[in-house]
Amino acid sequence: MLEPLQEPFMQRALAEVVLVGVAGGALGCWVVFYGLSYAAESLAHSLFPGLVVAAIAGLPLLLGATPAIVVAALAIALAARIAGVSREAAVAVVVTTMFGLGVLLALSPQSPPGVEALLFGDVFGVTDADLLTAAGLVVLVLAGLRLLHGRLLVAGFDRGTARSLGVSPAFADAALLVLLAAGIVVAVQGLGNLLVVAVFVGPAAAARQLSDRMLPMMVLSATIAALAGVAGLYLSYYAGTAGGASVALTIVAVYLLSLPAGQLRASRRPMLPPAKATIA
Amino acid sequence: MPAEPLIEAADLSAGYDSTPAISSVGFSLAAGQTLALLGPNGGGKTTLLRAVLGELHLIEGTLRVGAKCGTVPQTERSRLDYPVSALDVATMGTLARLPWWRRPGRAERRAAARALDRVGLGPFAAETFGRLSGGQRQRVLIARALVQDAGVLLLDEPFSGLDRPSAEGLEALIGELAGEGRGVVIATHDLEQARACDLVLCINKRQVACGEPDAVLADVEVLEATYGGAIVEIPGAEGRAILPPHHHHH
Repeated sequence: MLEPLQEPFMQRALAEVVLVGVAGGALGCWVVFYGLSYAAESLAHSLFPGLVVAAIAGLPLLLGATPAIVVAALAIALAARIAGVSREAAVAVVVTTMFGLGVLLALSPQSPPGVEALLFGDVFGVTDADLLTAAGLVVLVLAGLRLLHGRLLVAGFDRGTARSLGVSPAFADAALLVLLAAGIVVAVQGLGNLLVVAVFVGPAAAARQLSDRMLPMMVLSATIAALAGVAGLYLSYYAGTAGGASVALTIVAVYLLSLPAGQLRASRRPMLPPAKATIA
Repeated sequence: MPAEPLIEAADLSAGYDSTPAISSVGFSLAAGQTLALLGPNGGGKTTLLRAVLGELHLIEGTLRVGAKCGTVPQTERSRLDYPVSALDVATMGTLARLPWWRRPGRAERRAAARALDRVGLGPFAAETFGRLSGGQRQRVLIARALVQDAGVLLLDEPFSGLDRPSAEGLEALIGELAGEGRGVVIATHDLEQARACDLVLCINKRQVACGEPDAVLADVEVLEATYGGAIVEIPGAEGRAILPPHHHHH
């Protein structure tokens, strides 16, 4: 059990999945309640050309991912303004364009070998500098979530009346997307472009089965994501399976296990006492 | 009656852009008064509520709102699977007066708990919002408006989907809150609920009539113009029924 911990690459990989799990798990609860699963997946795919450019230039991946995600978000916002183009269609067009551009770059002669690492993650190749940047971004995401908690809660509860409560739903959406982008940039390092969405959806969907308050749900989701990440790495270490994919599949397995647990929990809940019509 | 009304609208036209969604609206609501906003679905009731909240484009006329408004939306509009307690929802009413970096703290939660007590839901503060009954959820949303220190309560179809005892309890609560000097606007399509209010404003894209319920609701032509249908007398039954035209929205 402790043997893998002797290996420095494993220590760094464990630190990476815990960081990814904490940010992804906490953000994921909002992703689920704001219906942003598709957006999360799209943002992840659309930063692919940035990753390839960074790989070609020999720069840290985060440096490539950040501008790509900003370009994608702006392009989606602009495309959605064209009359007759729905938001969904705008996302689809932008994501395919960006991903196609990334593939084009990745298959060019200048591109270094190892594109799979960008698509499927290279959790065992994480460097100390990557970890430091990831830790910084995770602190940023958690601080952002703490600051915005009340407002995100209001806008997600009922968009129609949010404004009368002093909260702009558009601001809440935008702020959440920025935090999500930061979270994706952290997670893409370990889980890769194609698998990253697992950590933003799976743990939160599992935690939702087991809790009905936002804060406990976020804590639970982050814990599930971090533990599933660690379990996935052990699986990968002993079974010789790919790191990112093992983590993603462990997360899905935890979600499947949470379903009967949620059912059991719901059936054990006492009925509410009937409403009292008396008023003081 | 105090000299300064809480809401005063004159010849008001408002819309989501430069086309008016409602027009020629004029009414005045004083402290302690309840006003029923009567009209068909899609007739502009919710639009008028949003205009009072200042969320719409004023095209013509004047609208003066002299008190803080608290909205009480239809509870179906909010998410019933949302992970919040009744207390969490009531606490949302405190956000507007906090600076953006501050989260509601102990004082805010105390204020929210008091408001829940006021609407008779103190024992249910810790319960998940989505597990409460329709009437209880409506009360939680009223508590949230009370936490906002709202001088005017805007209720959107508060009685829809409620059983008789819940509706009566809610009606009594609204009466008390008005009695404490608040102005209350209730959007409804229920003639009986409208009859219980101090004023009735009939609206179908434009204002059809406004006045005391006895006068307004006795006029068959007003009701026909409001609902765009035919009014029929049901033998043996009290009051009248409305035969709606085919549903067609513009």
